[in-house]
Amino acid sequence: MDLTLSTKVEGDRTVVAVGGEIDVYTAPRLREHLIDLVSGGSYHLIIDMESVDFLDSTGLGVLVGGLKRVRSHDGSLHLVCTQDRILKIFRITGLTKVFPIHATVDEALAAAE
Amino acid sequence: MATVDVSFTPLPAHVRTARLVALAMARRIGVAEDTLDEVRLAVGEACSRAVGVHAVRAPGTPVTMRLSDDDGCFTVEVTDAGVLEDDLETEIGALDASRLSAVVGPEGPLDALPPGFGLVVIGGLVEQVDVRCDESGTHVTMTWPAPGPIDLTRD
Repeated sequence: MDLTLSTKVEGDRTVVAVGGEIDVYTAPRLREHLIDLVSGGSYHLIIDMESVDFLDSTGLGVLVGGLKRVRSHDGSLHLVCTQDRILKIFRITGLTKVFPIHATVDEALAAAE
Repeated sequence: MATVDVSFTPLPAHVRTARLVALAMARRIGVAEDTLDEVRLAVGEACSRAVGVHAVRAPGTPVTMRLSDDDGCFTVEVTDAGVLEDDLETEIGALDASRLSAVVGPEGPLDALPPGFGLVVIGGLVEQVDVRCDESGTHVTMTWPAPGPIDLTRD
């Protein structure tokens, strides 16, 4: 399944809905998308991963890169994910301590305020 | 012992193909349904790592993956042309606080996780994993229980 990306703005937050597979093949597209957003002045990102079917360490690297980019502008990056198979890779690597992870976009929006 | 050998040009697009082949064989020989996601992710990590190694060391040389069904086990061995020192500065295991802060800190490359990060994921997913290096390259071998093919004729 290919990567799908859609973006909407909620106040000063930008919500990126990601679907499909984030792997070594598709991760560069996500990276470019995040770079474009940050370059365009979007420093508070919420990445909705509820429709992500697969995430590997390359995808994690892109998310970490996104986090570093927004932090360099005093921004934030929150994740939305309830799928255990996706959350598992965050737990294995310890990155649950790095990313705020929420159950819904609304919860992430509220937390990000 | 039944084996399937896959050899692919070290390009990111082919990692997905390798994952699908491994998943199909795992399912056919009866690897537990709730383990299939782990197989898919671990095989993807091993193949992604191999593709990355070949991009630096042997761009024209295929990555090989051997799938075996033997003695109630499903074994996947991914072999690349690298040497273990390429990426084994990270031990196979969860990252501790100091490593985590190094990963997400402002220093270092923006998008690249440290070498060996894929092996960290594999180590966290797979109970039986072996990583070794010899003159032919680095071998990442992962094994899962596989009780046998599903009997489709049974009621």
